[in-house]
Amino acid sequence: MEYFLIIISAIFVNNIVLAQFLGICPFLGVSNKLSTATGMSLAVCFVITLATLVTYLLNMYLLVPLKIEFLQTIAFILVIAALVQMVEIVLKKVSPALYQALGIFLPLITTNCAVLGVAITVVTKEFAFVPGGTLNLAQALVYAVATALGYGLAMIIFAGIREHLALSDVPKAFKGVPIALISVGILALAFMGFSGIV
Amino acid sequence: MNKNLKLIGDGLVKNNPTFVLLLGMCPTLATTTSAINGMSMGLATLFVLVLSNMAISAISPLVPDKVHIPVYIVVIATFVTLLQFLMQAFTPAMYETLGLFIPLIVVNCIVLGRAEAFANKNGVIASACDGLGVGLGFTLALTVLGLVREILGSGSAFGFNFIGGHDGMLAFVMAPGAFLCLGYLLVLFNKIFKK
Repeated sequence: MEYFLIIISAIFVNNIVLAQFLGICPFLGVSNKLSTATGMSLAVCFVITLATLVTYLLNMYLLVPLKIEFLQTIAFILVIAALVQMVEIVLKKVSPALYQALGIFLPLITTNCAVLGVAITVVTKEFAFVPGGTLNLAQALVYAVATALGYGLAMIIFAGIREHLALSDVPKAFKGVPIALISVGILALAFMGFSGIV
Repeated sequence: MNKNLKLIGDGLVKNNPTFVLLLGMCPTLATTTSAINGMSMGLATLFVLVLSNMAISAISPLVPDKVHIPVYIVVIATFVTLLQFLMQAFTPAMYETLGLFIPLIVVNCIVLGRAEAFANKNGVIASACDGLGVGLGFTLALTVLGLVREILGSGSAFGFNFIGGHDGMLAFVMAPGAFLCLGYLLVLFNKIFKK
């Protein structure tokens, strides 16, 4: 049951972009076309899951036993940076097609605050609907995947909207980012309808 | 001296990180639920920005080009950890309110952006001034956005309620209001400064 709640909460109720404001830069940056938005979502999904797994284990078996939790920020960002580099190297060798598809988005993910944000959230935040409050490894992974799916969902919906925006006649001062932000605002308003489910 | 003053002024208006460069959107949107919160987030970023700019301009001649990004990130993360300790000690309530977005200053593109674009090729004093200017510009933008959202959303300004018996439009304190307010503020900024 709590897995179901985690999934619904992470995708719809506390959507990472529309409710938690994480990963806005790439969200606004690459949502011009549906195809690039899909590529970015895939890359983020992959890295968030992997990074959460590694940082969760690092925190549990190294930082907590040694009582150096205050190094979380430094340790996590280093792990994420190294991980992204490694994923890049491995993908290049193993699956050149996927590597081509993800292209420039892979290196950019290091500075995507969604990745660090999720990694910190799963080890620090108290979840009301989880017995004991903190997530165990399986729950953390489910949360990571669901959050990434929520990211993809918001990104793909917004890319669809933006493809239409590009064709419409917008006042000059609204062109570009302002109208994009206002559209996201309306989309976020729609997503507010999900609050109260969990 | 004049040059340094100009650097500070540039960061405030001409290169304003929020309204012109559109950097650091996540904390901008997330922490501006009130004017005070926005200002605190701005000042926290200012603290990291000035110190990391100074440290990076001092060590950049020693850092090999190939590893400069990881080195910069570690420097920034160190100052962020320092900030976390200071805030936990002196402003624990504000640390709770800003929450996740304090550690996330590490991945704020403004900080790494200034290190990369300015601090690694300028002197320590100039870098400090640049950090101060950009940090003040960020603080100004966050305070304005926070003020607008607070007035619309809770009918108060800097915590002083001026609409008695009225709760305001709650949506402006929540997520949608952040996007809408920033969108319209950008429109206003474009209208005034970009003819």
